[in-house]
Amino acid sequence: MTLVLSQLFTGISIGAVLLLIALGLSLTFGQMNVINMAHGELIMVGAYTVYVLQQVISGAGWSLLIALPVAFAVAGLIGVLLEVSLIRRLYLRPLDTLLVTWGVSLLLQQLARDVFGAPNVQTRAPEILTGSIRITDDLAISSSRVFILVLALAAVAAVTLVLRTTPLGRRIRAVVQNRDLAAVSGLATGRIDRLTFFIGSGLAGIAGVALTLIGPIGPAMGTNIIVNAFLVVVVGGIGQLKGTVIVAFVLGVLQSMVEYTTTTSVASVIVFVTIVAFLQWRPQGLFTLRTRSLA
Amino acid sequence: MRRPLIGFGLAAVALFGVAPLVLGDFRLNLLAKYLCLAIVAVGIGLAWGRGGMLTLGQGVFFGLGGYAMAMHLKLADAGPGELPDFMQLYGQLDELPWWWRPFANPVFAMAATVLLPMLVALLLGLLIFRRRVRGAYFAILSQALCAAFAIFLIGQQGTTGGTNGLTDIRGFFGYDLNDPLNRRTVYFIIAASLLAVLALTWQLIRSRYGELLVAVRDGEERVRFLGYDPANVKLVAYVAAAGMAGLAGALFVPAVGIISPALIGVVPSIEFVIGVAVGGRASLVGPALGAVAVAWAKTALSERAPSAWTYFEGLLFILPIVFLPGGLASLARLRPSWRRRQARIPAEATP
Repeated sequence: MTLVLSQLFTGISIGAVLLLIALGLSLTFGQMNVINMAHGELIMVGAYTVYVLQQVISGAGWSLLIALPVAFAVAGLIGVLLEVSLIRRLYLRPLDTLLVTWGVSLLLQQLARDVFGAPNVQTRAPEILTGSIRITDDLAISSSRVFILVLALAAVAAVTLVLRTTPLGRRIRAVVQNRDLAAVSGLATGRIDRLTFFIGSGLAGIAGVALTLIGPIGPAMGTNIIVNAFLVVVVGGIGQLKGTVIVAFVLGVLQSMVEYTTTTSVASVIVFVTIVAFLQWRPQGLFTLRTRSLA
Repeated sequence: MRRPLIGFGLAAVALFGVAPLVLGDFRLNLLAKYLCLAIVAVGIGLAWGRGGMLTLGQGVFFGLGGYAMAMHLKLADAGPGELPDFMQLYGQLDELPWWWRPFANPVFAMAATVLLPMLVALLLGLLIFRRRVRGAYFAILSQALCAAFAIFLIGQQGTTGGTNGLTDIRGFFGYDLNDPLNRRTVYFIIAASLLAVLALTWQLIRSRYGELLVAVRDGEERVRFLGYDPANVKLVAYVAAAGMAGLAGALFVPAVGIISPALIGVVPSIEFVIGVAVGGRASLVGPALGAVAVAWAKTALSERAPSAWTYFEGLLFILPIVFLPGGLASLARLRPSWRRRQARIPAEATP
């Protein structure tokens, strides 16, 4: 029982990381129908932000707290720059955008390698997040994982709140649902795109801050974790966050359970096969916007 | 009709006459490696440029072909009844795994290098295209397949060599690969394969089927309403591209002497695409020329400054696709009728 519970929590915490990464991705994917391959490098930007801040600020707790908004802003601005300079030009060619953003990710990775060096760098985690929380006598969960879970849920709540209640959120939803109609109704879709990209990329920065607690920080950290996050977005369906949330946790738990019963290498294949099977049932993802367009 | 034939003749003269005369053994071997990548690129050109399916997972098929060939060559190197060297090294196995055994047969192994990737592509394509998964969804799925395949191979240390892959291949169907003459022969086989693949693709794209494929790319729903099943049309191109990638992987092994997960993972798979984009995705020879040019640039630049190559590669993904979506082929002034058909890369249909 304890084993199952601990595997379950491992899965949930994998899911929380996935969710944090996929949240921003699903915003930008839903908005522009574009998979931003440089999303992983925006995560890297967030992680290096923590590293840089810790060179200036000595307290690990404070630096992490300050890093959250700073990483959000830095990654968000890079995202906006990307949108303005490249993605907007390729608006009608989503597949090309995928390749172009991959090129951007190569540039950012090499830039990180030249600035910070190829080896991974270390950051200090604040004291309260280094220990673990005891649930029962032989079940303990690490507090940094709990922190990430809370952060992910808070991010989902914040994004939901923005989308549901603010004028900006209403406009974003309008553009996602029907871009042409939104434009005809007088919405400046270009400006809304930029804002969505800012939020989506900023969320990647926050994910990067969270990842400093559990893994190494290096130029290639983005590519290693991003493929599964793409899958979450694809399987979750576009335009609605609840699909992303559910699929992130389901995929995380599935991965951890299968990994426990088999091996990591077999698990990756089983997860892939499961996803292809799932798409037989719901080819457009778990939740889709009902539209009158074909297919 | 005549111009492509002249082009073919020129390519044959360049590959079989000029290159072996001009290039030394080392450079010729490098060219052989580039030509393998060109074969993959021709397939991607067919699937992506003509069919609109951006496949980021050709590494899987390249790897299946490569591993099938390497498994046979390892077994042949080891001799009958013996285990390949790396299996003895890891010492987990007393006898050959059952799925290795058929690869001792050269005919089976050679057939498997092409048919196995095609079979996998057929199964996956049936599942994916029938359910109308396309666009970015398809691209991501193909990439995820690639990641899963590479992770899977790395995990099977005892039977596939894990991260190291299958290395140190010495013989090629009884011929010693250390002999420069035999390496030249391998080059000629690869060059001939590339020409054959180009000829096959040329026949495909100028046939009725080729027209249909372009029609599916430009307006899938319209084709459906005309009574065709777009899934089948796409499937043919996807399976053909997979077969080409498998063939290329099989030829890559004797040319380079190694196949490993690092050569077929997510990153190399997306690198296959770049040459296609640079050369001109919708043209016939553009992808092949682009792939050779990019691979050559990679060797030349990373010999001098590895970091410069990565920047250059990043820009290669960005600049040609943003400013020259038709690739270099759109610059070349081909026959007007060809130009009309190729120059326009249409906007993809958004759902």
